[in-house]
Amino acid sequence: MHESAFQIFVNALLANNFVLAMFLGLCPFLGVSGKLDTAFPMGVATTFVMLVASLCAYGLNLLLSAFHLEFLRLISYIVIIASSVQLVEMVLKKYSPALFRALGIYLPLITTNCAVLGVALFQTAREYDFVQSVTFSIGGGAGFTLALVLMASVRERLQLSNVPDLAQGTALSLMLAGILSLSFMGFAGLGG
Amino acid sequence: MSTPETPSEQKIIPIAVAGAKPPAPPASPTAAMIRTLGLVSSICGLIIVGAYQGTYDAVAANKRIATERAVFKVIPAAKSIAEYVALPGGGIEPRVGAGDTPVAPGAVKFFAAYDEGGKLAGIAAEGGAKGYADTVRIMFGYSPDCQCVIGIGVVAMRETPGIGDKILTDRNFLANFNDLDVKLKGDLAALANEVKTVKHGTKANPWQIDAIAGATITSRAVGKAINDSAQALLPRLVPNLDKLRSKS
Amino acid sequence: MNPSTAKTWDEFMEGVWRQNPTFVMILGMCPTLAVTVSVVNALSMGVSTALVLIASCGLVSMMRNVTPKEVRIAVYIVIIATFVTVVDYAIQAISLALYDALGAFIQLIVVNCIILGRAEAHAAKNPPLPAMINAAGMGIGFTIGLLSLGVVREILGAGTLFGVSLFGASFQPWVIMVLPPGGFFVLGAWLLFFSWLERRKLRRQPGKQSGKPAEATQNA
Repeated sequence: MHESAFQIFVNALLANNFVLAMFLGLCPFLGVSGKLDTAFPMGVATTFVMLVASLCAYGLNLLLSAFHLEFLRLISYIVIIASSVQLVEMVLKKYSPALFRALGIYLPLITTNCAVLGVALFQTAREYDFVQSVTFSIGGGAGFTLALVLMASVRERLQLSNVPDLAQGTALSLMLAGILSLSFMGFAGLGG
Repeated sequence: MSTPETPSEQKIIPIAVAGAKPPAPPASPTAAMIRTLGLVSSICGLIIVGAYQGTYDAVAANKRIATERAVFKVIPAAKSIAEYVALPGGGIEPRVGAGDTPVAPGAVKFFAAYDEGGKLAGIAAEGGAKGYADTVRIMFGYSPDCQCVIGIGVVAMRETPGIGDKILTDRNFLANFNDLDVKLKGDLAALANEVKTVKHGTKANPWQIDAIAGATITSRAVGKAINDSAQALLPRLVPNLDKLRSKS
Repeated sequence: MNPSTAKTWDEFMEGVWRQNPTFVMILGMCPTLAVTVSVVNALSMGVSTALVLIASCGLVSMMRNVTPKEVRIAVYIVIIATFVTVVDYAIQAISLALYDALGAFIQLIVVNCIILGRAEAHAAKNPPLPAMINAAGMGIGFTIGLLSLGVVREILGAGTLFGVSLFGASFQPWVIMVLPPGGFFVLGAWLLFFSWLERRKLRRQPGKQSGKPAEATQNA
């Protein structure tokens, strides 16, 4: 397909935002977006894992296609992702223990983040080349971080507001997400 | 797991503390881990390969049926199809290899459709472009006699129901493709005029497509899909049309 | 009912109602919102996930005594990915149209937190049959969650049910329902509804403990 890198980036970031339009990465989106200071590092960590996953998936796909082993695609993708997350965990633990503690259980949970596997699967399905894949993963990660940060900011403010008891918790987050998603629909066609 | 950092700390910790936790179980030997991973990999490998082989024929049949249906839709006179590839350096050849094996980079797949008498009824090819939500994939039919597109069918799309999916049903939009001009330039290197989707109601030339009002993005995707595909395929196809005139 | 049947039934119903993945544990959100645009899609996704759940929990349980704890996550993931691949090919063999409609979310079943969670919490500690029964309950609970969204979104957003038009040609569909924001709103509405039910039950029986545990918040 002949999408330019810029188009792919803008689409993944805004018009087809990973969280608000493609429904990828929802579990951490609803779980970690309570506070702004954890939301942003989580977004960055996920973006990094997405980039690594994208690179590995690209290479793996070339390898598997060469040997006609396409049926091993899913297994190899997910194993590579699990390993990358382990790697990121070890690196963080060594170089930034404070961040490692702040992210806590959510760091290993990046493995089950649909957004990470989603990047690998979508770039394979759309047959992106190397540059397209990299921009796609960075754009997607940026979009995920953007959605997370927006959600966290709104939720922090709402903590001081008069929200009916009934709606506290996930119901509120979902309604918020719906409104955010609605507003992001305004970006349609931005990427050309 | 907390192991004391220095020998002096070790001495300070009481040997027997009421309610002390039992010692942690010994870490599993590497051999056990490797053995388990090996066992799991073998079992899972067998399951996957079994499933792949078991469903291979059914999947291939499904894909073939879907393709045939799409081609017959865009070239009504067609009764049988033959698959070809247009090579990067020019020239065409019949496609070997089944179903989904990818074509060589730069090669373009297309279908030659033959009528009852075995004469060429038209050429069909797929094209894709990004629509509103995801890729819009279409199949279009090309007639060598009029050098124009004679019909389209949507192969896959995820556009908004009620808006983008009007490309399936809007009669005025579909009428664009009864005779969409895709003539080549004199030197046969590219289309004489790029296929372009224009705003609803402003179509002035036979190579333009009148977009659906309110569904511009999806309409544009269809136009782009045809253009990209035609630009890649036709310059290589047209010089070799005689090879395809009758069913080989 | 004798005790063991009662226990089995209990295990089964736990996944369906008390620990319903969609409404109580808030897991598996990605497919829940993405594929519930129509009832057929929702049902297919639910059945596929249930099958993967049952098969994976079965195999994990059978191997629970030879799986060292250091590699257990890797083992679970490989097993789950295997069965997802099997289901992927099965759907392609059954209906390409359905496969296209569900898209990448079939393969994304592998990262559905429900399956890994069940394997870790239950299948790894129980014999195969109870593990598979519990998994079946979870799968059905998940399918119910998906269907409740699918039904609402299809009726309001397209005026059809199972593709059969309900209101005739003059119905103006509420298109937002089949778009991403609609998914969020409908699920939020369902959660509000269950929250309200819960409050009502607590108000009427102030002393008794409610049968359904309060919504387990996953918020940090």
